[in-house]
Amino acid sequence: MSEISQTLKELLEKHRAGQLKPKDRFAIPPQEMPEQDPAVRRFNMNEVALGYTEEQARMEALRCLHCPNAPCVEGCPVRIPIRDFIREIAEGRYQKALEIIKGYSLLPAVCGRVCPQEVQCQEKCTVGLRFKDVMKSVSIGRLERFAADRAGEAAAVPEAGESTGQKVAVIGSGPGGIVAAADTRRGGHEVTIFEAFHKPGGVMVYGIPEFRLPKAIVRKEIETLEKMGVRIVCNFIVGRTRTIEQLMKEDGFDAVYIGVGAGLPKFLGIEGEHLVGVYSANEYLTRANLMKAYQFGEGADTPIALSRRVAVFGGGNVAMDAARMALRLGAEKVYLIYRRSEKEMPARVEEVHHAKEEGVEFRLLQSPKRILGNERGQVVGVECLRYELGEPDESGRRRPVPIAGSEFVLEADTAIVAIGNGPNPLLQQTTPGLKFNRWGYIEVDENCRTSLEGVYAGGDIVLGSATVILAMGQGRIAAAGINAYLAEKRRRGAGA
Amino acid sequence: MDVCAPYVARARKAGQFVIVSPDEERGERIPLTIVDGDEQKGTIRLIFQRVGKTTSQLAEMSAGDCLGYVAGPLGKPTHVERFGVAVCVGGGIGVAPLLPITKALKEAGNTVIAILGARTKELLILEEEFRQLSDELIVVTDDGSYGRKGVVTEPLAEVCRRERKPDFVMAIGPAIMMKFCCETTRPFGIRTQVSLNTIMVDGTGMCGGCRVEVGGKTQFVCVDGPEFDGHQVNFDLMMKRLAAYKDLEQKAYEAYRQHRCRIGLDRSSNP
Ligand SMILES: Cc1cc2nc3c(=O)[nH]c(=O)nc-3n(C[C@H](O)[C@H](O)[C@H](O)COP(=O)(O)OP(=O)(O)OC[C@H]3O[C@@H](n4cnc5c(N)ncnc54)[C@H](O)[C@@H]3O)c2cc1C
Ligand SMILES: Cc1cc2nc3c(=O)[nH]c(=O)nc-3n(C[C@H](O)[C@H](O)[C@H](O)COP(=O)(O)OP(=O)(O)OC[C@H]3O[C@@H](n4cnc5c(N)ncnc54)[C@H](O)[C@@H]3O)c2cc1C
Ligand code: SF4
Ligand code: SF4
Ligand code: FES
Repeated sequence: MSEISQTLKELLEKHRAGQLKPKDRFAIPPQEMPEQDPAVRRFNMNEVALGYTEEQARMEALRCLHCPNAPCVEGCPVRIPIRDFIREIAEGRYQKALEIIKGYSLLPAVCGRVCPQEVQCQEKCTVGLRFKDVMKSVSIGRLERFAADRAGEAAAVPEAGESTGQKVAVIGSGPGGIVAAADTRRGGHEVTIFEAFHKPGGVMVYGIPEFRLPKAIVRKEIETLEKMGVRIVCNFIVGRTRTIEQLMKEDGFDAVYIGVGAGLPKFLGIEGEHLVGVYSANEYLTRANLMKAYQFGEGADTPIALSRRVAVFGGGNVAMDAARMALRLGAEKVYLIYRRSEKEMPARVEEVHHAKEEGVEFRLLQSPKRILGNERGQVVGVECLRYELGEPDESGRRRPVPIAGSEFVLEADTAIVAIGNGPNPLLQQTTPGLKFNRWGYIEVDENCRTSLEGVYAGGDIVLGSATVILAMGQGRIAAAGINAYLAEKRRRGAGA
Repeated sequence: MDVCAPYVARARKAGQFVIVSPDEERGERIPLTIVDGDEQKGTIRLIFQRVGKTTSQLAEMSAGDCLGYVAGPLGKPTHVERFGVAVCVGGGIGVAPLLPITKALKEAGNTVIAILGARTKELLILEEEFRQLSDELIVVTDDGSYGRKGVVTEPLAEVCRRERKPDFVMAIGPAIMMKFCCETTRPFGIRTQVSLNTIMVDGTGMCGGCRVEVGGKTQFVCVDGPEFDGHQVNFDLMMKRLAAYKDLEQKAYEAYRQHRCRIGLDRSSNP
């Protein structure tokens, strides 16, 4: 028996006897995530984090103090009973653990991988607070992933509710749309998802790369939806192929969930942004992920620049993904240029860490001023300006201030703009009566209800660029709203 | 080719396009204009030129084959009104997307002068359709093998100099042709509309790959276009962007050709 197994056995015995004191739990070392070697993985698309072994998961689970008030739960946007599922993992009852999670989150294999845990559940964890280091909190996300990976295969397909004869249209197949579809289907309605792309999954398939979220996981969740009887229609652009009004008035849909995300790329508006070799992160990642451009010439037909030196602008998850993708597509040098310092970076801590390990060069407190091109219109470099941090701004972060005369040039043949996305104006242009705020996001009440009767919305098109779990949370609230609305409609129909 | 796509057939308007791919898993997404359609049958007509791998794959399909997917209709429909005298200029494959717009202009009560250009006689398409639609038809070929010898801007300049100056010009073709059509009409102050054929990925405003500079501002061809005021378009920039993947695509096409030859499938069919 290996060493860890012996230790685990002893710990478990004490745990069961109620003798494992907080002091003993604190003494268990946080379990490291097994990962592909950085020198190897920067050349392949396979998942970086390999997942806990069974023993590691149970050890990690034993670090949980089972706090009576479970402060971690408050940090989770969908309030998963974290303490309870972790207890099941410690006991080796993975199926049970997954069932607990699934009552609250439909996509644990996804959330366990991509949630920014250090500012959500794990930020509040007592263990992390005790060590004054959030990275020493119980690894809730990794345990959630473990339960999903381990027990997911055997998970039963949720049943559709008793048929109501009512029809629900879900627009967009991102995480919010998936949850809204599943929950309204459980409510007994006939549900159709309309997706503009040729593959369902939203950002989880076209944006977040394979090495961080294997596409097979998303595909499996989509298949589950299909088994529940949800119809998925791809290549259907609501607003163009049919409008919301047509869906409701002509095609007989009784309610609609809008989960179209915020997919319109922002540009910097600097000189040289139209040069050949300047991409939005959306375009770069879509070509690479959805269209599999990394296999160009070996089966896939969508090309992508063969870059040597790449400059990525931004500091969020999208920027990290683009930078790490550029390495995997063969770039020798990748710069990540961010206006503020590392502390202000919105990306997940783990992604920043992984990007550094893989060799992405962080250029902090710097920002592009213009992109330089040659006579063929191709990028040859980026002129940058140095910044320093000044007084805090409205967001509470210290405002970056340019240092006059600090310009310098970085040699690059590709530039990727990853400074955020805004809402696509298509629905605004084609849906009279639907209220948007002044930034172009849809206005909803606390039940995710829009200004149009029977129309609900959630996810990035409401929140601005947010997270998978927040989109899922809204999909759930909206579905509850739709189910209630349709029940009311049935009652009125029966009474009349 | 005619494609069965009932939703698109029902919703399409002149000037709009679709994104198609021959293969769901690995194919490239390419934009093609909807040239015509039959709402009853649920079909749309696409006309394309074989320029690279994807268009070749499409050309080699037979009746009854299935495309990977078709998505649309995309882009803003052409703004059609009664301008008076409208000149429709088409070059090469641009003649195909010009057809539905010409039809719409005619139906709106315009006097239509059509100018069609091709490199050589064999490459001229839709001549008969245009002859029936237009009040006047001028055909030019680069090599003089048919119609007048020369390029489309020459008859366009003549028409502009006529006493009854045209009120509206619609030009669709290679970027370079559209650029010079715009230069031709600019001194006359005639409103000139062009339909841009940038490289696209999604066609829904999500990637920004199709962006062009119009009047100094960034516009996305797939959602803000594909038609723009030609006098405002920065064609030089657009042409550079169109060439972005030239080398890569050349390689893919050659590899594809060789593969087809080896397995004996290469038949140079016309769409
Ligand atoms: C590169 C990248 C990395 C990210 N990393 C993380 C991360 O690590 N952790 C995290 O929590 N979040 C991350 N996010 C954010 C997260 O992915 C989003 O917040 C989330 O996916 C939003 O979900 P949604 O339900 O709003 O729909 P989306 O996932 O945005 O999907 C919307 C879908 O609707 C479709 N659509 C749009 N318009 C139409 C229309 N008119 N008709 C039909 N269909 C339409 C789109 O094609 C798309 O498939 C990342 C985002 C990106 C881009
Ligand atoms: C809105 C819109 C409508 C269009 N309508 C039609 C149409 O009705 N019929 C038609 O034949 N074509 C049309 N096109 C052009 C068509 O999309 C391209 O010819 C096609 O993408 C080429 O794909 P490919 O894989 O065969 O060639 P590729 O291998 O992609 O390219 C081969 C060569 O063509 C050049 N090229 C690539 N894309 C374009 C482009 N968009 N325009 C011009 N040259 C390009 C490349 O630089 C390369 O040298 C349209 C384009 C747009 C944006
Ligand atoms: S869903 Fe996200 S925030 Fe909630 S417990 Fe899981 S990892 Fe934490
Ligand atoms: S706060 Fe941490 S230690 Fe307490 S129950 Fe939650 S995960 Fe366990
Ligand atoms: S094709 Fe992607 S934004 Fe236009």
